[in-house]
Amino acid sequence: MYVLSAIVIMAALGLVLGLSLGIAAKYLKVESDPLVERVEELMPGSQCGQCGFPGCRPAAEALVSGAAPVTLCPPGGTALVEQLAKLLGIDVDLSDAQDQDPMVARVSEETCTGCTRCFKVCPTDAIVGAPKQIHAVVADACIGCKKCVEVCPTECLQMHPIEVTLRNWRWPKPLAA
Amino acid sequence: MLAFLENPRLRGGIHAEEHKQETCGQTIASDFPLPKKLYIPVQQHVGKPAEPVVKVGDKVLKGQLLAYSQGTISAPVHAPTSGKIIDVQDFPAPHPSALPVRTVIIETDGLEQWAPGNLPDDPFAMAPDQICTRVGEAGVVGLGGAVFPSAVKLSLGRKNQIHTLLINAGECEPYLTCDDRLMRERAGEIVSGIRLMLRGMEAPKAMVGIEDNKPEAYQVMLAACREFDNISVEQVPTRYPMGWDRQMLRYLTGQEIPADGRATDIGVVVHNVATAHAVYKAICLGQPLISRVVTVSGGAVGKPRNVEVPIGTLMSEVLAFCDLDKSKLARLIMGGPMMGDALPFAEVPVVKACNGILALSRDEIEEPEVQACIRCSSCVTACPVGLLPLEMASRIKANQLDSAVDLGLKDCISCGTCSYVCPSNIPLVHYFKFASGELVKRQQAEHKAEQTKRLMNDRNERMERIRLEAEAEAQRAAEARAARMAAQAAAQQQKVEESA
Repeated sequence: MYVLSAIVIMAALGLVLGLSLGIAAKYLKVESDPLVERVEELMPGSQCGQCGFPGCRPAAEALVSGAAPVTLCPPGGTALVEQLAKLLGIDVDLSDAQDQDPMVARVSEETCTGCTRCFKVCPTDAIVGAPKQIHAVVADACIGCKKCVEVCPTECLQMHPIEVTLRNWRWPKPLAA
Repeated sequence: MLAFLENPRLRGGIHAEEHKQETCGQTIASDFPLPKKLYIPVQQHVGKPAEPVVKVGDKVLKGQLLAYSQGTISAPVHAPTSGKIIDVQDFPAPHPSALPVRTVIIETDGLEQWAPGNLPDDPFAMAPDQICTRVGEAGVVGLGGAVFPSAVKLSLGRKNQIHTLLINAGECEPYLTCDDRLMRERAGEIVSGIRLMLRGMEAPKAMVGIEDNKPEAYQVMLAACREFDNISVEQVPTRYPMGWDRQMLRYLTGQEIPADGRATDIGVVVHNVATAHAVYKAICLGQPLISRVVTVSGGAVGKPRNVEVPIGTLMSEVLAFCDLDKSKLARLIMGGPMMGDALPFAEVPVVKACNGILALSRDEIEEPEVQACIRCSSCVTACPVGLLPLEMASRIKANQLDSAVDLGLKDCISCGTCSYVCPSNIPLVHYFKFASGELVKRQQAEHKAEQTKRLMNDRNERMERIRLEAEAEAQRAAEARAARMAAQAAAQQQKVEESA
């Protein structure tokens, strides 16, 4: 008899609580912060992890909560900093901000064994090659995330600054008075 | 200031020391010895670089095609003389950075053998589109310094119903006199070029604008145009930057080109006077653009003068021809002192854009100390565009590019007038050039970010598809195995039953 009443009471409790939880989940739903979404849209979206967060969304969340500075994203550069500061209403002093020279990976042909590990991890398919063939990096598609550098067994992938040519040469900033 | 009040059609500008008298009195030297080697870059124009059609070891004739134009906005390059191709490789470009550009190197044979060409019987009876094609094939580009392919401009003019062709003979940069001399010595040829351009664009009339510090050129041009009612020659005041197309157009017609528009929007096309001469040569003589008149001047030059040199000649050879005193040389400039580019060394070729080579001595340049802005607004008065250089520069200094753009950074023409008048010696135009470059860089970065997103999405989709396919494959394999097992079990069962 006791056993039966215990089962009934526990079942009733479970039902009532479950129902109330279900209703709460529907009516008291916490929407994801729309600001996070807008920040994420601005970010490069390559999930490169150079900021120390495991992807662009966690980084955006940290930014919005104030746990990370607007200068967290190296691939975004000053342009992104300026846009983020505007969106979040933060004043940043950009006067001594210096864009890090963007780097791209390059395969050294002497040591590449054609192991295919690098192009399997490349998030933008910037590395081309086939098993036991020397791989090559398409510099225009490389985002400098260094994932390939980490997996290369022969250290044949190295980061190099983008080559300066007549097409991408720009006037330097005048020295301040 | 008073001139400014008298002339509401002119905005801003300066009157710098002209330094034109050193070279404007002498005829164009045509006895320049043919160099042993010529270096012809494949990119001498705005747009895509030309693609070489010659190989190392090939013999070429004068005027033969070296590299063909790629795409609509591009221009071919031709052999300036006959000789042998000894290399096609990277060579320093006439650019402040002196970065390498693909260059065809010719060893000249001194024979000056022309490639066979076909001349039209009557150039002035040619069909308009034929004129445009020939101008394009001859590699003619805007010789005022912008080096935009002329054929593109002519065809655009035909599409846009142009009512006036404005020939820009302002030559407002100090020191330069190559257009002045060209008009004095070859006015007839220039007028033929203008008539061909009018025909090519199907435009009714042309107007030549000459600064009033060139009275001789004005008289000669006036005489040469007398028999053609549809070509008028006008004098414009000497006030840098009069050669800016918008300034000249505003002065001569009173019309203003919209800020984000082009001259074609108000029915006008502007071509440089030297371009008209190149068009004449291309059509009436069948000669592509393989030489040009260059003003060689400056305090370090012993015999300053205008020289006609083949494209691809090293500037050091041209300077040596004009007796350069190397000990006096303080700065080397390609173009005029206001908008030209300072070059790190003279071992770079003369290109189509090169209207002047200036070897300035120490007393002609100054490198004064930069001081703080005193907000005197001299730059605002001088700016021909009507911008606020001091405000823009302070924004750029603080890396606030967006607010500099709001102030009109994109309308800046980099004429250098603001830097010239600044009493604090602030390198204003340098700030604007830097900022414009940064804007381009930013645009490219945004483009790359978009591309990256697309590539990532494509990759993720592909990975998902591969995963699903693998799953389906695994399921099929499992089913097949189950079926096989069942079949085996059934067979065994049967065996057991049979044996029983």
